[in-house]
Amino acid sequence: MMWRMVLRRVGIGIVTLWVVSVLMFAGTEILPGDVAQIMLGQDATPENLAALRGALGLDKPAVVRYFEWLGDMARFDLGMSLAGTTGSGGGGTTIEVLIGARLQNTLLLAGVVAAISVPLSVALGLVAAMFPTSPFDRAVTFTTLCLVAVPEFFVATLLVLIFAVQLNWLPAIATMREFESVGQMLRSMALPIITLCVVLLAQMARMTRAAVLNVMSSPYIEMAILKGVPRRRIILRHALFNAIGPVVNIIALNLAYLVSGVVIVETIFAFPGLAKLMVDGVQVRDMPLVQACGMIFCATYVVLILISDIASIVSNPRLRHPR
Amino acid sequence: MSDDPGHPDGAAPAALSTKFEELPDAPPKRRLRLTRVGKVAVSIVAFWLVVVFIGPWIAPYHEADIVADDSFTEAGTFCSQWEPDECSFHLIGTDYLGRDLLSRIIYGARTTIGISIASTVLAYLIGVTLGIAAAVGGVKLDTGLSRFNDAFISMPNIMLGLVVIAAIGSTIPILIVTAGCIFATVVFRIARALALDVMVSDFVEAARGRGEGLWWVIRKEILPNIAMPLATDFGLRLVFIILFTSSLSFLGLGVQPPHSDWGSMVRENLQGLAYGSLAPIAPAIAIATLTISINLIVDDVSAHAGGRLAKRML
Repeated sequence: MMWRMVLRRVGIGIVTLWVVSVLMFAGTEILPGDVAQIMLGQDATPENLAALRGALGLDKPAVVRYFEWLGDMARFDLGMSLAGTTGSGGGGTTIEVLIGARLQNTLLLAGVVAAISVPLSVALGLVAAMFPTSPFDRAVTFTTLCLVAVPEFFVATLLVLIFAVQLNWLPAIATMREFESVGQMLRSMALPIITLCVVLLAQMARMTRAAVLNVMSSPYIEMAILKGVPRRRIILRHALFNAIGPVVNIIALNLAYLVSGVVIVETIFAFPGLAKLMVDGVQVRDMPLVQACGMIFCATYVVLILISDIASIVSNPRLRHPR
Repeated sequence: MSDDPGHPDGAAPAALSTKFEELPDAPPKRRLRLTRVGKVAVSIVAFWLVVVFIGPWIAPYHEADIVADDSFTEAGTFCSQWEPDECSFHLIGTDYLGRDLLSRIIYGARTTIGISIASTVLAYLIGVTLGIAAAVGGVKLDTGLSRFNDAFISMPNIMLGLVVIAAIGSTIPILIVTAGCIFATVVFRIARALALDVMVSDFVEAARGRGEGLWWVIRKEILPNIAMPLATDFGLRLVFIILFTSSLSFLGLGVQPPHSDWGSMVRENLQGLAYGSLAPIAPAIAIATLTISINLIVDDVSAHAGGRLAKRML
């Protein structure tokens, strides 16, 4: 029964990915003026345009191009960047070349952020939930409430002002050139990492606290309190195990949130990652590049949401039997 | 029509016109009490709303006026080096083009808050209408709308925004419609869930049983019952939309110059950080005060859920 539910959910995930790909592709189709026009710019004569469209395959019907594109995507053949982005060579570079190193950078950034913020925020949320209305809990609740309400670039500019301009400890721009040591690399990535950690930490700690408090206010905990079970035992034996499901769910959800977090943070620190590549692509309207990056991000997001849903199905027996 | 001034037309006898709240066994009226933090938050939001309305009249300069020769001047009076009598006063300095920062923040309040409120209202119009339609309209409509919604909701907001803007460019109306549609997905989910809860309640069954039409049920039973939770959510959604639109503006893909917008002001003045200028920080603080305040109000309003036993005893 449970596995059938999980399989069903995976099926929905695959359908979602397909719909996402249709929407991504439709994004290009409503574009007034196509990539050929953008590439030629001032030199766009009708003959030039027709020739370039033929060369790029833009003259085929949309449906044909969609399935060609989808097939290429499935084979990880991401095609050619049409307009060419700033700082990464002229037009006609393959998108794999553009994406390759940048994907690694982004994954490294996300990985470090997750490794730092996940354990820290879960611990913070747990402790805050264990002592509700204590000064510690109040401090955590208030700080995280404020932090989740501010934009990422606010945190980032403040951190740059403090650590890069005033104290001059860390570089304000995260260039990923050749490094001599891991320490040097981390130093250069420090500010993006801290920014994302702060934002993610606030959100996760808050949600963890709410999830644990939710478990703590369930009838069986009240029962345990009333029959005189000591508090430590209640938390460790009754509450903690029941909170694991929601907490895993929260972690997966927030890692999915990282997908949009990196867009801002990579831009502000000029971090050579995938999101920066995509934003640059949007600015020069390099649609194949935007589509490829967008698909990678959306696929990651869909998979993480899928994991969070499966976590809650597996951990909560009641969700396994929908009414 | 009616000659009696005490009985306006169609008035019921006094006994029947007694309001629900005046009945002897009516529940005590819930009063909205805010904590001290909540009151401060309300006054900050009120302050920004006032700025939105009277902004152009209180701003010292126009948003596009280049009043100082130098970029990133410090706070204080600044005199032109060529014409010493031409002086201008800047409370918090100037931006990267030598425009008065305070004026730009005041004008920017209009763009940022105006766009966000317009998008939120749009998101609510779309989301609540479709959500209630899905809840009352039968299984087929419900499944169709919900599946469609699920597809949209499973894309990161900012990615959707980026793709739309890459495709059709960025103007203020496009920005409002894009943000409105993106966030309508969440509103739809909430409104549908709330309306479904009301639809299966006994009082709706009673109303349908005595022959009330669907429209009457929506107007008299569903809307009043889902209004309060939706109102709280409106605040949260507004915060998310402010963050979303100013993030797009920050990426240079939202509000375009010469309009001043808090998000794009942070971006265009970013280089000023190196000189210790306030220019990139001030608009970011403006956004932060607004969103934090709204969040605090929402938190304060929804905190009155009553303490559970476990909360009190642990």
